[in-house]
Amino acid sequence: MAKYIGKRLVYMLLSLWMIVTATFFFMRIAPGNPFASEKKLPPEIEANLNAHFGLDKPWYEQYWEYLVRIVNWDFGPSFKYKSQTVNDLINEGFPVSFLLGMEAIFIAVAVGVLLGIIAALKHNRWPDYTAMIVAVLGISVPSFIMASFLQYFLAIKMGIFPVARWESFMHSVLPAVALASAPMAFIARLTRSSMLEVLANDYIKTAKSKGLSRGVITVKHTIRNALLPVVTYMGPLTAGILTGSFVIERIFGIPGLGAHFVTSINNRDYTVIMGVTVFYSILLLVSILLVDIAYGIIDPRIKLAGGKKGE
Amino acid sequence: MEKLLEVKNLEVSFQTYGGTVKAVRGVSFDLHKGETLAIVGESGSGKSVTSQSIMKLIPMPPGRISDGQILLNGDDIVPKTEKQMEKIRGKEISMIFQDPMTSLNPTMKVGNQIMEVLVKHQNMSKQDAKNRAIELLRLVGIPMPEKRVNQYPHEFSGGMRQRAMIAIALAANPKLLIADEPTTALDVTIQAQILELMKDLQNKMDTSIIFITHDLGVVANVADRVAVMYAGQIVEMGTVDEIFYDPRHPYTWGLLASMPSLENDDKAELAAIPGTPPDLTNPPKGDAFAARNQYALAIDFEEEPPMFQISETHFAKTWLLHPDAPKVEPPEAVKRRMRQLSSTFEKPVLVKEGE
Repeated sequence: MAKYIGKRLVYMLLSLWMIVTATFFFMRIAPGNPFASEKKLPPEIEANLNAHFGLDKPWYEQYWEYLVRIVNWDFGPSFKYKSQTVNDLINEGFPVSFLLGMEAIFIAVAVGVLLGIIAALKHNRWPDYTAMIVAVLGISVPSFIMASFLQYFLAIKMGIFPVARWESFMHSVLPAVALASAPMAFIARLTRSSMLEVLANDYIKTAKSKGLSRGVITVKHTIRNALLPVVTYMGPLTAGILTGSFVIERIFGIPGLGAHFVTSINNRDYTVIMGVTVFYSILLLVSILLVDIAYGIIDPRIKLAGGKKGE
Repeated sequence: MEKLLEVKNLEVSFQTYGGTVKAVRGVSFDLHKGETLAIVGESGSGKSVTSQSIMKLIPMPPGRISDGQILLNGDDIVPKTEKQMEKIRGKEISMIFQDPMTSLNPTMKVGNQIMEVLVKHQNMSKQDAKNRAIELLRLVGIPMPEKRVNQYPHEFSGGMRQRAMIAIALAANPKLLIADEPTTALDVTIQAQILELMKDLQNKMDTSIIFITHDLGVVANVADRVAVMYAGQIVEMGTVDEIFYDPRHPYTWGLLASMPSLENDDKAELAAIPGTPPDLTNPPKGDAFAARNQYALAIDFEEEPPMFQISETHFAKTWLLHPDAPKVEPPEAVKRRMRQLSSTFEKPVLVKEGE
């Protein structure tokens, strides 16, 4: 197991290096620079700024310096927000985004799995149809429209939740729901179809022939096997929630990391773009590793390569 | 001998988009304590549906037991609810399925899958159940059961899995074991071991077995009596000797003739029954086998043949046994093995309806 994780960590570093390199060069190719604004800066000042941030050096030196800094977990100063470093931005914004993301993942998985199980157990009856209509709506309605709907009805019309901002738990409900709706719908459909597949398996008939009750069969024999595809989906789900929160954070005025990311791209704030990209990549790579490890624990047939071979 | 199971005029149908499929059409048989009954027939003849109906394992709906009785120790299980059936399944009747690769839960330890039965039906504690599970694994011939009990099905070979299935089925000492083609998915050497094991356990535990198969070689090996099914009906039933040495129904002849044998001339082609089984959404008029039967009489296309009794234990559903029927010769391959059995009546007797 340790050997497997070690091997995976090496691969993760390799992927990370490729991501850093690609982002670094793509960003430079994009036209414009951090100091371009309506008001043309005098050339001396621009030269000074470039010198201050090291932008006057040849690209390979800049690249090398950047790699060294990342290894030391220093993402450098922001070009736009004077007196703030990228590390500051991440430290401020990430806890907010993390909380929002966790809430959304929780809603998506809990409600999605529940809907899927109900739909499968009541296959081709009204609970199934209801759950699947909810799922189709969830998948087809984009999160930003869902967000506006929720704001209009639940916040403005009914006044149950606050419209925007990030102050209390109540403030987090609407953005989390808006963020969760699409993945929740996807998980509901995934769970339903994999439940139906498992229910048609011979071992369910075996379980029935043992005299086990329907409840025991569902809990002990069906759900665990049906959830394997859902666990696989957790990796892409994390990615989806991360990118989805860029939009949602803007709509609800939440001071998370996603909002910084979007602004920084418009500003060509090189260090912020780089820093946030690297940070998100690490997050994603770690979550994929966790999913793989979880998969190996839930499904005994999967032996993690490099782990001990079936004795 | 005491009767354990009596099936009377069982009819099972399935509601499908294409109409109602009458999968089982009036099957009657009985089974004594400690006896092995083999049900043979080709795919779609209703043998699996019959056996699963005995445990009420057919999916309902679309399936439905539309008529008949299934008496287990004199108690009809057809009207029983699911809750009542849970007390019978696994405890009174249990089942072994065809494919051991798919009939065990892949994410549950083999030991736990055996223990479930013990905890449910014998109120054992977890620890007792585990010890018993180890004993059962040893009983079905799995080496190092203490280690095996904590392993998952994918760590077992096919034959081992079928042994584990047998351990599960026998865990609560059921009175009736239904084996639905238990050796079909195994290779021949393992088949022989599993059959040996089943016979051995039957002697130890005095269980009755219904053995479903399409392999007549297996039948000869394990069964006391044989029921031949065709198109949802039993067309011939008798002791193993009666079916193999004195078959009376043309379908049974066809089955026996299409069995490869060492005595077969290597130039002669292996016989096959021509055609395909009838569509049971719309069973044909008269005898369902008539269209494929080279011995069919005119009446076979008009009226369903009644059951004739050839001996105390031997029954066949064919017009050929009628006193007015012409005398026909069975195929060469069957005639070769025919011999006179002492128990045969002088003349076939017509079985009256409702007897």
